[in-house]
Amino acid sequence: MIEMIDVWKTYPNGVMALNGIDVYIEKGEFVYVVGPSGAGKSSFIKCMYREEKPTQGSIIINGTNLAKVKERQIPKVRRKMGVIFQDFKLLPRLTVYENVAFALEVIEESPKVIRERVMEVLDLVKLKNKARMFPDELSGGEQQRVSIARSIVNRPPVVIADEPTGNLDPETAWEIMDTFKEINNRGTTVVMATHNKEIVNTITKRVIAIEGGRIVRDEAKGDYGYED
Amino acid sequence: MKIRTLKRHLVEAFKSMGRNGWMSFASISAVTVTLLLVSVFVAILLNINYIASQIEDDVQIRAYIERTEKSENYDTYQKQLENLDKVKTVKYQSKEQGLDELIESLGDEGKAFSSLKDENPLRDAFIIYTEEPQDTAQVAKEVDKLKFVNKVEYGQGTVEKLFKVTDAARNVGIVLVLGLVFTAMFLISNTIKLTIVTRRREIEIMKLVGATNGFIRWPFFIEGFALGVMGAILPIIVIAVGYQAIFDIVNQKLGTVFIELLPVTPLIPQLSLLMLLIGGVIGVWGSLTSVRKFLKI
Repeated sequence: MIEMIDVWKTYPNGVMALNGIDVYIEKGEFVYVVGPSGAGKSSFIKCMYREEKPTQGSIIINGTNLAKVKERQIPKVRRKMGVIFQDFKLLPRLTVYENVAFALEVIEESPKVIRERVMEVLDLVKLKNKARMFPDELSGGEQQRVSIARSIVNRPPVVIADEPTGNLDPETAWEIMDTFKEINNRGTTVVMATHNKEIVNTITKRVIAIEGGRIVRDEAKGDYGYED
Repeated sequence: MKIRTLKRHLVEAFKSMGRNGWMSFASISAVTVTLLLVSVFVAILLNINYIASQIEDDVQIRAYIERTEKSENYDTYQKQLENLDKVKTVKYQSKEQGLDELIESLGDEGKAFSSLKDENPLRDAFIIYTEEPQDTAQVAKEVDKLKFVNKVEYGQGTVEKLFKVTDAARNVGIVLVLGLVFTAMFLISNTIKLTIVTRRREIEIMKLVGATNGFIRWPFFIEGFALGVMGAILPIIVIAVGYQAIFDIVNQKLGTVFIELLPVTPLIPQLSLLMLLIGGVIGVWGSLTSVRKFLKI
């Protein structure tokens, strides 16, 4: 499903973010990526959705090696994965419905299918009644649920989330996690970078800890392991 | 691209224009103001050129024939003149016709010359028009060399000055219009750029969701075109109404004298088309150049 083989990432300014990462993630797994700030977590995630290109090594997702993907092919790669961010990254001038529909419009889906699927996922994230609202009219938790809906509407095999609960209050964070569990139960692989100790220790899943650009721990039913 | 996607882009472009109401308004206003200036100047320039040509076309060479020449030979002489380089037409004017014309052009005072009819002091003449008015002086010199020609008249001195003035007027006009068009392009594309720069983040997000560059570009392309074209509408209306009014006034008051403005029908449709074209092209250019900057994400 997801395989990283000897992945290195050095930024032009000399920062060595990833120093030989090897990891294999099975289809349908739920994986937390943890580690202190600046340890390479972000680079790890960014390489997965091809925001960054690794300096060396290969990253194979859904059978495509992201390290070899040409600039023009990136949109195609992104369509096979859902990406969720700390700051939601919703299009501010589009309604909730339009934001979710956008992910299907880019693959030129028919309007009928778009309508059905968008309402289906909005139902899943419990935002059906706010479909006509704009992002700035929603709470943080609701916005994040819109972005989750957008990430899964074209039914990707993998969902990658970069600190999805980072901007949310604890209660909302738990709601978001329920949604992620639901997605994972439907068979979608979830990779989530997080700083949320409570969540990692309560909803126990596989934990990959990154420090100094290396994987220092990889446990099937792990805990957060840091004191922050 | 599927038809429904094109439809989606069209809808998206107009939706975006509506939701960015103030920015769209700013862009359209910028286009309107600059195109208004451009169209006024183009209209003035074309008319200066037209009037200058009218004046220049009135320039003629009068070649007076020696009194000793016999009128049987006039046909040969006319052929000879017609064969000269750069000569367009040659017309014969007898001294009687010349006198009539003179009397007429002088109006009431001319009547005093009527008594000259029996003892006409004028000479028979050929009236020569050159292909290019600017060739007048040169052709006149050639004509003057011919044996049967007594004297050549073409408003020596005045003609040269006239050409200097008309040429200067044309050049100044062209420089003004070109300068204005460039200013317009700069102004309009900058305003449109501004509306897009504010959407930089949106473009980044679209890319993260898997939109290709083309998919992102299309609505901007359509929007830029629509903004430019919409900005051309008001200038077209103003110039059409305004020019018609000026045309009527000028032709009523001055038309009979000597000046005539360019007729409304070819000028205004052509000018309108030009405005639509400039507006559309600049709109598209402005939006595409600024989108391109953000697409490398």
